[in-house]
Amino acid sequence: MNPFSSGTRLRDMIRAIRSCKTAAEERAVVRKECAAIRAAISENDQDYRHRNLAKLMFIHMLGYPTHFGQMECLKLIASSGFPEKRIGYLGLMLLLDERQEVLMLVTNSLKQDLNHSNQYIIGLALCALGNICSAEMARDLAPEVERLLQFRDPNIRKKAALCSIRIIKKVPDLAENFINPAASLLREKHHGVLITGIQLCTDLCKVSSEALEYFREKCTEGLVKTLKDMANSPYAPEYDIAGITDPFLHIRLLKLLRILGQGDADASDCMNDILAQVATKIESNKNAGNAILYECVGTIMSIEDNGGLRVLAINILGRFLSNRDNNIRYVALNMLMKAITVDAQAVQRHRATILECVKDSDASIRKKALDLVYLLVNESNVKPLTKELIEYLEASDQEFKGVLTAKICTLVEKFSPEKIWYIDQMLKVLSEAGNFVKDEVWHALIVVISNASDLHGYSVRALYRAFQTSAEQETLVRVAVWCIGEYGDMLVNNVGMLDIEEPITVTEYDAVDALEVSIKRHNSDLTTKAMALIALLKLSSRFPSCSERIKDIILQNKRSFVLELQQRSIEFNCILQKHQNIRSALVERMPVLDEATFSGRRAGSLPTSVSTSTGTARNLPNGIAKPAAAPVADLLDLSSDDAPAPSSSGGDFLQDLLGVDLSPASAPPGTSQPPKAGTDVLLDLLSIGTSPPAQSSSSASNILSSIQDDKASLANLNGLASLTSLSPNATSASPAPMMDLLDGFGPSPQKKEENGPAYPSLVAYESSTLRMTFNISKQPGNPQTTLIQAIFTNLSPNVYNDFLFQAAVPKFLQLHLDPASSNTLPASGNGSITQSMKVTNSQHGKKSLVMRIRIAYKINNKDVLEEGQVSNFPRDL
Amino acid sequence: MIHFVLLISRQGKVRLTKWYSPYSQKERTKVIRELSGLILTRGPKLCNFVEWRGLRVVYKRYASLYFCMCIDEDDNELEILEIIHHYVEVLDRYFGSVCELDLIYNFHKAYFILDELLIAGELQEPSKRTVARLVAAQDSLVETAKEQTSSITNIIAQAANFTIKMLHKGYGPWGSNALHLESLLLVDVCTRLVDQH
Repeated sequence: MNPFSSGTRLRDMIRAIRSCKTAAEERAVVRKECAAIRAAISENDQDYRHRNLAKLMFIHMLGYPTHFGQMECLKLIASSGFPEKRIGYLGLMLLLDERQEVLMLVTNSLKQDLNHSNQYIIGLALCALGNICSAEMARDLAPEVERLLQFRDPNIRKKAALCSIRIIKKVPDLAENFINPAASLLREKHHGVLITGIQLCTDLCKVSSEALEYFREKCTEGLVKTLKDMANSPYAPEYDIAGITDPFLHIRLLKLLRILGQGDADASDCMNDILAQVATKIESNKNAGNAILYECVGTIMSIEDNGGLRVLAINILGRFLSNRDNNIRYVALNMLMKAITVDAQAVQRHRATILECVKDSDASIRKKALDLVYLLVNESNVKPLTKELIEYLEASDQEFKGVLTAKICTLVEKFSPEKIWYIDQMLKVLSEAGNFVKDEVWHALIVVISNASDLHGYSVRALYRAFQTSAEQETLVRVAVWCIGEYGDMLVNNVGMLDIEEPITVTEYDAVDALEVSIKRHNSDLTTKAMALIALLKLSSRFPSCSERIKDIILQNKRSFVLELQQRSIEFNCILQKHQNIRSALVERMPVLDEATFSGRRAGSLPTSVSTSTGTARNLPNGIAKPAAAPVADLLDLSSDDAPAPSSSGGDFLQDLLGVDLSPASAPPGTSQPPKAGTDVLLDLLSIGTSPPAQSSSSASNILSSIQDDKASLANLNGLASLTSLSPNATSASPAPMMDLLDGFGPSPQKKEENGPAYPSLVAYESSTLRMTFNISKQPGNPQTTLIQAIFTNLSPNVYNDFLFQAAVPKFLQLHLDPASSNTLPASGNGSITQSMKVTNSQHGKKSLVMRIRIAYKINNKDVLEEGQVSNFPRDL
Repeated sequence: MIHFVLLISRQGKVRLTKWYSPYSQKERTKVIRELSGLILTRGPKLCNFVEWRGLRVVYKRYASLYFCMCIDEDDNELEILEIIHHYVEVLDRYFGSVCELDLIYNFHKAYFILDELLIAGELQEPSKRTVARLVAAQDSLVETAKEQTSSITNIIAQAANFTIKMLHKGYGPWGSNALHLESLLLVDVCTRLVDQH
């Protein structure tokens, strides 16, 4: 060290930091050092610049900010001495990355250093360039690097080769300049140059098909010969690893040959012999040998077909798979996964071993093996494989259960040969790992059960049995509760007994017991409790003898702290007490949901599948529509026989139920039904709710009282229309008390005035490509405010993206625009966007509404703008 | 390609990081935290690979240090193990049975060696001897530069001392002829060296 040095030395600083007992102490030391370094920087101290930077690098490694040292790196690089440059470049690579602007400043120094007379300085510059250069630097310095590929010293050539890799990755256009120099590197004898040259060729092939063709034609034979020489070379101490001469070079050669052979029969032919030789000759008792074999198998699998070689390769993998070393087994599984696309039959032969790996103690291997099993399953082997997996589910640890469960569920769903088997397997999964089952999976199970009318009895009994043993699995409880509610009578009367079943005796009392348990269990979540409550309501009409007891249980929930449960129990209690005449119709069995519709919807609406009605904020993309949707849905639960739908959890599920229900009612007289569209069913429902036709509530109650099954859905719809505006959460909130909700079903329809006058919907704007319809409604008691729901329909065959609607009004109006339901408008009227707005007219009665609109969207990324004025509003708004 | 190299101690302290793919400072901290949680908790007899964010991390423990390298899905994991070992052997040869403390106090040396082994996330040199030779050559360049500096300063210091001593003893430049000559020569050398420097 410099005898004149002042301040602490690097070693002392590290020692001081290491001796710190607490994090606070360490921070203090670092702060002091940083302050000293900053001072030195501002004094432009030259003598200690490199020491300060070294300190900064250490501080950086501890995770402290060191951005103030970046310029120091540049200064050190610009200085003339080797020690300064060496530290400067190290700092540059450590403290900066390619995205920092500062980096551009170093381009010039790099250029000078690439032309330096000292080869070590050239080496430093190449190394820095190879590790952090950006696209601009790559462009600027590529000629220098290209020149250095022919430098006299091999150590510079190899650095330049790797540097070129970085350059062509950053700027693929430059690839063609490097093809010839790279090809000449392949003839080198120096291993370092050869390895890096081969690597450069590999990367060139990846970015440029021209390069690939060139190397395939000119270099394949040479590479095969090099590999042959390598494989037959005598002991070379300098490159020997575990008895093999330079495994790194072997591996790179094999990798390049793979790329050259892929999709080219001639090239593949040319390398067959040497691949066979490598595959048979390399010793597999050390890691280095196995690494080569692994690479060799990969190459054999990728190049054009050669049966004999494939057999050899699969055999090697079989050997790997039974190896005791976990690493080897892992790579074997990894390679089998690639091999399955080439030769599925051969991989199937190792099924038993692979299944064993699923049960391994090593998480990495387990996961790999499970992925592989997942690929292996087909119609013929799904039963035994699923059996194995489900058996293992019991033993697996908690972290793994989630992945495993998801995989089993998908497999069972995808390959199930028959429904009863599907139901059986799902039941096993639910009772073993129900807590890991995703919502859509148990929703699907319910759909399947409800569709299999001959298995209703069987399912409910099996679920009841499973419920007795594994009541702690939340989703199992939910499905069981739903089925007991629906098919409780079949449970008790042993209806539809199958031969394979053991008979059980369940009394009505037992069934209600099960529901009571699930509603009272403290760790049941809200959805389960709500479902149990609905199931109880259903049973109340199925089991008249338990009716009193059910009423008691429901009454207990009146004091629930959860608003949802409290409200439901009050409503249900009301039904039980006051509305005996309609109860049995209300709680009828669910209509069957079409499986195809369900799976279609499920695929379409997966992202919006979460929405709990606990009153927390829902950040769904559809803006205003969704929050209102949940209460609407709840209301529908109550008034229709859709009741057991998991009201508080399943946005998508519910939509499906509604979608099916709605279809017969798409054009009821008097309702202003907007165009129905795919996943927006709920939105449409809502639009009815906010603009109720005058006569709807009366017709609703009429129909309700006369209870006609075929029109039930229409009744729901209309009932809903009048009820929505009363719900506290709905868009047009009104202070009417909760109990009125049910009284609405009573014989005196007096809802008419409360909703205010109704207006026909008007086409506010129409062009050849787009139509905008306004549904107008008034809030009762607030004549100045008009609620407008705009519905946009696409009349062209193109999809509109980034759809944006803007509106402007004169000063006497106030406009409040809610977010739109979506920003993508499907083509040719296959859906719509809805957006609601509120206009307050301060000159109500004197002036009528007027509005300028602007609609912007993109067709195939091209901007389109439409403008217009809406002046055809009804006069008295 | 290797995306980054990490050396983490058993306590989760970072001993060396080298990034070949662009990660911002924030991401780097996050990556290190995630990976040390993932790797340090794994048992001793398990395989040396973990899947992480669609990439694969190959790690190997040597005494108290975990050497980790992150690679693409289709890279050869077994080879990376061999590269890690290669690096460790070079370190071992350089420091003479390397230990964690060597890497702490001479972290820059560890980086210099790594830079002779890997560039742009690819292996540069399969020969340990060549790597050692190149690092040694550059170290000696640094040493020469240092010696030059210190020898100059030493000579200046000695010359100054000598002249002062002579003056104190009463030998002025006008005193004994021999001494006079010597001191004049020294002063001359000093000034020239200082100029040069």
